[in-house]
Amino acid sequence: MATNKNSYITELVEHYGRSRTSLMPILQGVIEKNNFISDHDMTDIARELDLSAAQVYGTATFYSFLDTEPRGEYIIRVCKTITCDMHGKRQIIQTIEDMLKIKAGETTPNKKFTLLETNCLGWCHEGPAMLINEKPFSGLTPEKVHDILSEYMHK
Amino acid sequence: MKNTNKDMKKQINLTIDGIEVGVDEGTTILEAARKLNIHIPTLCYHEDLCVAGNCRVCVVEQEKVKSLPAACAMPVSEGMVIHTNSMKVRLARKHIVELLLSEHHADCTKCYKNGICELQGLASQMLTGDHLFLDLVPDHKYTIDMFNTAIIKDDSRCIRCQRCVRTCEELQAVSALGVAYRGNHMKISTFFEHPLFEVVCTNCGQCVNRCPTGALIERNYIDQVWDAIYDTNKHVVVQTAPAVRIALGEALGMPPGKIVTGRMVAALKRLGFDSVLDTDFTADLTIIEEGNELLSRLKKALLDKDPKVSLPMATSCSPGWIKFIEHTFPEFLGNLSTCKSPQQMFGALVKTYYCQKRKLDAKNVVSVSIMPCTAKKFEANRPEMRSSGYKDVDYVLTTRELGIMIKQAGLDFESLPEEHFDSIMGASTGAAVIFGTTGGVMEAAIRTVYEVVTGREIPFEGLNITPVRGTEGEVREASLKLEKVKPEWSFLEGVELKCVVANGLAHAKKVMQDVKDGKANYHFIEIMACPGGCLGGGGQPIPTNKDIRTKRKQAIYEEDMGMSIRKSHENPEVQLIYKEFLGQPLGHKSHELLHTHYTPRKRY
Repeated sequence: MATNKNSYITELVEHYGRSRTSLMPILQGVIEKNNFISDHDMTDIARELDLSAAQVYGTATFYSFLDTEPRGEYIIRVCKTITCDMHGKRQIIQTIEDMLKIKAGETTPNKKFTLLETNCLGWCHEGPAMLINEKPFSGLTPEKVHDILSEYMHK
Repeated sequence: MKNTNKDMKKQINLTIDGIEVGVDEGTTILEAARKLNIHIPTLCYHEDLCVAGNCRVCVVEQEKVKSLPAACAMPVSEGMVIHTNSMKVRLARKHIVELLLSEHHADCTKCYKNGICELQGLASQMLTGDHLFLDLVPDHKYTIDMFNTAIIKDDSRCIRCQRCVRTCEELQAVSALGVAYRGNHMKISTFFEHPLFEVVCTNCGQCVNRCPTGALIERNYIDQVWDAIYDTNKHVVVQTAPAVRIALGEALGMPPGKIVTGRMVAALKRLGFDSVLDTDFTADLTIIEEGNELLSRLKKALLDKDPKVSLPMATSCSPGWIKFIEHTFPEFLGNLSTCKSPQQMFGALVKTYYCQKRKLDAKNVVSVSIMPCTAKKFEANRPEMRSSGYKDVDYVLTTRELGIMIKQAGLDFESLPEEHFDSIMGASTGAAVIFGTTGGVMEAAIRTVYEVVTGREIPFEGLNITPVRGTEGEVREASLKLEKVKPEWSFLEGVELKCVVANGLAHAKKVMQDVKDGKANYHFIEIMACPGGCLGGGGQPIPTNKDIRTKRKQAIYEEDMGMSIRKSHENPEVQLIYKEFLGQPLGHKSHELLHTHYTPRKRY
């Protein structure tokens, strides 16, 4: 019955404790480590915190930054809200899609990039904006995106 | 105001619809209004659960406040002026219900809850139907989980009030259901949206009891039972659980707490069942088997000093509890009594002993049970429950389903005469009746065990062992000193038998955790999965609340007091079956038919 628990879960639980309030930092810790939270990780966390698996699933699915599907090494989140949209978000998405040969919501076959749309990033004054993992980029143009992505592709 | 008494709460004065009222501090507007007999409609609110305040149907208008507070969640404050029926409130409520309906698959005539749905009730009360809002149902992809033998979950009818989520967490500590996703994507979901049969759901049906719509319902077997009844080649036997006879009336328009045993028997005969028998008979049999099992475990522990014997021993009548312990404390499965539940003992005996006596071929016998329970449907379908060579119990109907069948047949239930159970396997005792309430199995067992060990009747007035009578929302511990025992039980002399009674799985979890942590030193544990025991079961008439369950409980004890025989070992048919068929308690035949084993399951 006991599955092999990933050691990072044990470390996170030891670090943050077993109270229910530790759930969020533990989930964020898994994201930092893995870019997504697998069903195995969720059940391991639930077991450690004496929660039900459905409760952990509920928390993880509530937050769009807690991904529950496998993601690439770099997650690109382009702001889809109205200001960025009016500043040309569509061209930005188009450029990324052309460069990576994937559509929004997909991950490249080499698991390097995932392209997502996201709600407001708070960069409305410098839209369109996007995040690559934790790093924000604003005032985007197709040319600028091309340069940024090229750099990441060679990383 | 100065408080001299610490228990006395500060009084708050407010005005509701022009009437002044003083209530304790901390009272909600809803509770204060109810005191004045002012009815504020509710939907997500349920007396058994914590306040959620998410449906907004109970909004009221507060003077000098711009927004409309939810009456169920807002505590009263001094000088508050509330209007529950202003133009603003009426319009807001109507819009709220219409918005809920815009996301609700409202094909009411095809719905199992047609007529008892709370949302339908509000819609008819508020005369909704202006089609102010777009119908969003066709644009959604809803999941309907029909894979379970006990409970069906239909998301298209769900209004996301979260009563089920709160029930599963607060009352049962299971949380098989949770809230997943956010905003307009929010849904009530199991882990990764797995079907209910794959997750930790115990099938207790408490969510079904509290769901205001048809989103969570029991899987009904009404048509299958009618088919069996109309099939002239089939002999259809029905058994009725103790808690059905004190609640069935509610499903047929009678007030809670009515004992309808005789009328229920009459109704079942008129529906066309060939033989109307009583689960109480096997409840008594359970006491004989389980009592002897307890004594044999005590003997092994105290006299033979066998380190392998599992104590404390826990009851195994409640299938919700069984599935819970299989998931949550699989290491304690050896502590469960190996006795099957009375329903399954009955099923196994119908297709063996009963057929033998009545000269019937078991393949032509259909065994039906009427239960206060949805988990019994799952139990009857367990692969272990085929010891007669056939499926021991073919169909399990809830109290609610029987209510529907009686209505379908056009019977005027209240005017039916009182009739008696058929024989054989129809005789019962007061000890069996109290199986329907928390603490009942414990009390019945003690009535018998004490007498077996000491040769004397238990020294409680009127056989009422009140210290073990459980209370809802509480774990009850009691101990019983055994003195002047018979010579063959000398190892029990002076032993203090430690018992604990718990109802509701949240309390069961507490008891088992104490046992696991070595904090508790019990001999005998009685656990019922549902609040109040079977009388509050997931198959009982809707609605349910503490008042209703208290009335049902009173009715059960009343029924016990009214029985001429009140100890299981004095049931004449039980004595007969040992003489004619089973031999002795825990004997070879018993093991084959009346005992079982359990399956460890994953919690995660």
